[in-house]
Amino acid sequence: MTQIRALRRVASLLTTPLAPEDIINLVNPLASARQLRGVVTKVVRETPDSTSIHFRPGRGWNAHAAGQWARIGVEIDGVRHWRSYSLSAAVGHDPAITVTAIGFVSTALARRTKVGDILFLDTPQGDFVLPEHPRPLLMLTAGSGLTPVMSMIRTLVPRRPDADVVLIHSARTRDEALFHDELLELADQFPGLTVRHWFTREEGSRRLDLSDVTDLETLCPDWRERAAYACGPPDFLDAATELWLRDGDDATHQNLTIERFAPVLLEGSGGEGGLLTFEKSDKEVEAGGDVPLLEAGEDCGVVMPSGCRMGICRSCLVPLVAGKVRDLRTGEVHGDEGELIQTCVNAAAGPVHLDI
Amino acid sequence: MTATTNRPTTTPSGATDAIGAVEGTPTTSRPRKPILAASGGPTKRPSAAAHLSDEDVERLGTELDALRDRIIATRGAADAAYIRRVIRIQRTLEVGGRATLLLSKRKTAFVAGTAMLSVAKILENMEIGHNVLHGQWDWMRDPDIHSTTWEWDFVTPAAAWKHTHNDLHHTWTNVLGKDKDVGYSTLRMAEDQPWRPFNILNPAINLVLAPFFEWGIAIYDLELEAVKDGEKSKEDLKRDLKAMGRKVVRQFTKDYAATPLAAVPFGSGKQALIGTFTANAIRNVWAHSVIFCGHFPDGVDTFTEEEIEGETRGDWYIRQMLGSANISGSRLMHIMTGNLSHQIEHHCFPDLPSNRYHEVAVEVREICQRYGLPYTTGPLPKQVYQAWAKVFRLALPNRPRPLPKNAAKAVNAPVPPRRSALPMVASVG
Repeated sequence: MTQIRALRRVASLLTTPLAPEDIINLVNPLASARQLRGVVTKVVRETPDSTSIHFRPGRGWNAHAAGQWARIGVEIDGVRHWRSYSLSAAVGHDPAITVTAIGFVSTALARRTKVGDILFLDTPQGDFVLPEHPRPLLMLTAGSGLTPVMSMIRTLVPRRPDADVVLIHSARTRDEALFHDELLELADQFPGLTVRHWFTREEGSRRLDLSDVTDLETLCPDWRERAAYACGPPDFLDAATELWLRDGDDATHQNLTIERFAPVLLEGSGGEGGLLTFEKSDKEVEAGGDVPLLEAGEDCGVVMPSGCRMGICRSCLVPLVAGKVRDLRTGEVHGDEGELIQTCVNAAAGPVHLDI
Repeated sequence: MTATTNRPTTTPSGATDAIGAVEGTPTTSRPRKPILAASGGPTKRPSAAAHLSDEDVERLGTELDALRDRIIATRGAADAAYIRRVIRIQRTLEVGGRATLLLSKRKTAFVAGTAMLSVAKILENMEIGHNVLHGQWDWMRDPDIHSTTWEWDFVTPAAAWKHTHNDLHHTWTNVLGKDKDVGYSTLRMAEDQPWRPFNILNPAINLVLAPFFEWGIAIYDLELEAVKDGEKSKEDLKRDLKAMGRKVVRQFTKDYAATPLAAVPFGSGKQALIGTFTANAIRNVWAHSVIFCGHFPDGVDTFTEEEIEGETRGDWYIRQMLGSANISGSRLMHIMTGNLSHQIEHHCFPDLPSNRYHEVAVEVREICQRYGLPYTTGPLPKQVYQAWAKVFRLALPNRPRPLPKNAAKAVNAPVPPRRSALPMVASVG
C-alpha cells in the first residue's frame, strides 16, 4: 500500500495538475481521484416496473452491511443526478440496487441502465441493519420497502441455521411483488424463514390494516416477542409506529426499527420566498422571492463568496442542502441536493438550506 | 477588451466625477459591483449604438436572453460527450507526446513528441481549461469537469485566474478608467497612454512576451497594482504568491525535471527538455496571438464610465458585442482557439458550452445586422497583423491617422481614447 502511494506520488509529478487516476481513466473508467464509480455488471428485470442493477464498485467503496443504502449518481441527458437507494444484495456479494420506475431518476435508472454503464457512488450508510445478537425477527415491508430487508434475508437466512425470520410483505399484486419467487424458494429451503405475502389489489383483498392488531395477530401471533423492522411508504410506517407504541408492550421503544425512503422535501415553489438557513454559519433569515440568496446572506452577516453579481462568473457558488430556488433570470424553479447554486441570481422558492 | 480592477475610479481626466463621488470613498475593502438597471439606459450610449432607443435595447436584450435560454434548454448528452471526447483526445496526446519525447534523440521523435505536446497544451488551456473554469460545463454536475475543482496546465493557479478573468474582465469588458493598466508600464497598446521613449521597445517586449505569455498572465493575476493602491492586502498578496509558487514548482518539475529525467535512460534527456520548453513556448505564442486577436483588432470599441452608468441588460450585451472581435476559420481552428474565435458570443454568454458558440454566432450576427450594430470578424492572419501593427504603431508617439477601414462603420464619432492594457493581454478570452 505504501509502495502504491509512493508510486502514485512519483507518477503525479508527471501528470500534475491532473492526478494519475485521470490518466488511468483513459483505459479504466473506474479510476478517478475525486469520485467513486461502479460499472454495471448485471441488470435483472424483477417486475414489469422494477429492475435490479448489480455493479462492481471501484476502489474506495466499503462493503455494505445488510440493510444499508448508498447514494447513486446517474447521468441523464448529460446531467448528474443523485438519489439514495437501499442495497438489496447479500453481504459479501457485489452490491445491487433494486429500482422501481417512479419519478424521473428512478425511471431512467430502471428502464435505461445497461451492462457496462458507469454509476457514480457514495459509500454505504444507514443504521437500518441487523441486530448484533441473534433473536427472532419480524420484517414488515410494503412495496419497494422490501429492498433493504431483502439484503438482510439474503444475508441471514442461508447462513444462520438458527435464524428465525417472519416476513410480512405487502404489494399490490403478485406480479408487482418484488423477489416473489425467490422468497418462496428461500422459505421452502430454509425453515428459519416464513414469508407472508399480502396483496392489496388481488380479488377479495384489502389493505393491510395496521390500525389495530387483528391483521398482525393473524399473520404473526408472536409479533411482540420479535425485533421488528419496517420499511415502506410514510403512512404505512406511521401506522406501524403507532401500533407498536400502543399495543407493542414496548416501553423502551426498541422493538421496532423503521427506515423511511421519503427524502426530506421542502415544500414551496411559488415566488413567495421562504426561510433561508445557512447551515455552517448557523444563521436563519426570512427572504423574499425576489431577493438573491447572496444579498440575503450578506445582509444577515454570512460571509458569502461573490463575484460579478450578475450570474456570469460563478464565483458565488454555494451547495444546496435542501429546498428549491428560483432563477431570477428565467423564473425556473430548480434545486437538487448538492447542486451548486449561483447565489447572485437565485432566490428562495420556499424554505432553503445552504451549505455555508 | 480591457480587463479592469474593480474599484472606484479616479481617472485624472475627471470625466467620471459623478461615479467617483459615489464609489470613491477611500477604503481597503473592494467595493461591490453595480447591478444592472432594470430599465432606461446609460446617460450616453456608445456611439456605435447611439441610434438605438431604450426600447430597441430592451428588445435586443430580450432576444439575446431568449437565445441563451434556447441553448440552455437543449444542452444535453451530446454536449457532455463532446467535452469528454476533447478531454480524452487531449490526455491521449499529452501522454503520447511525453512518451515520444523519451526517444527524442531521434529527430522524428523529437518533432512528433513536441508537436503532440504542443497541441495537447493548447487544447488543455483553450478549449478545456478556459471554458471549464468559466463554468461552461458546471451544468453536468460532474466534479471531474467542474469550475470549482479544475486546475490547469498553466503557471497561474486556476483560482487566481477565475477572479481576475471571470469576475473582473468579463464584468467590466472594455470600460476605460476601470483599468489601472497593471503591468502596462512596459507595453504601450493604447493611443491615450502617454508616449515615453522606452516605448520604442514595444515590438521587442511583445516579442518576448509572446513565448512567455503564461507569465504575463500569472503576474497580472497577482494584481500588484491593487496592492500598491491598498485595495488588496499584503497578506492576500503573500497568499497568492505562495499559491503561485507552489504551482510553478509543480509545473517546472513536470516539464523541466521529471520528463527529461525519464528520458535520460534513453539518452534523450536534453532533447526532451528542449521539447517540453518548446511546447510551452508554442502554446504561449498561440495563446498570445488568439488573445491579441480578440482584443486588439481595429473596430473593437472601448467605453467610458458615462456609457456604463445606468446600463441595462441590453446595454451590457451591446458593450460585449462592440468590445469583442471574432476570428473566422475552420472548425479545427475554432477548437484550437478554445472557441475564443467566437469572442463576441463568448462575451455575451461566457457560461454557455463552447461547442455551441458556432450556432449562437449565426443568430448574434443576424441580430447585430438587424439592429445596425457592427460585428467585427476576420481571418487569423489579418487579425494578428492588425494587433502587431498596433504594437509597432504605438511604439512611436501618436500622430493623426485616418480611421482604419473596417472601423469606419464601427465608430461614427472620432475614435474614443483607447486605454487598453496588459490586463487585456492577460485575460485569456
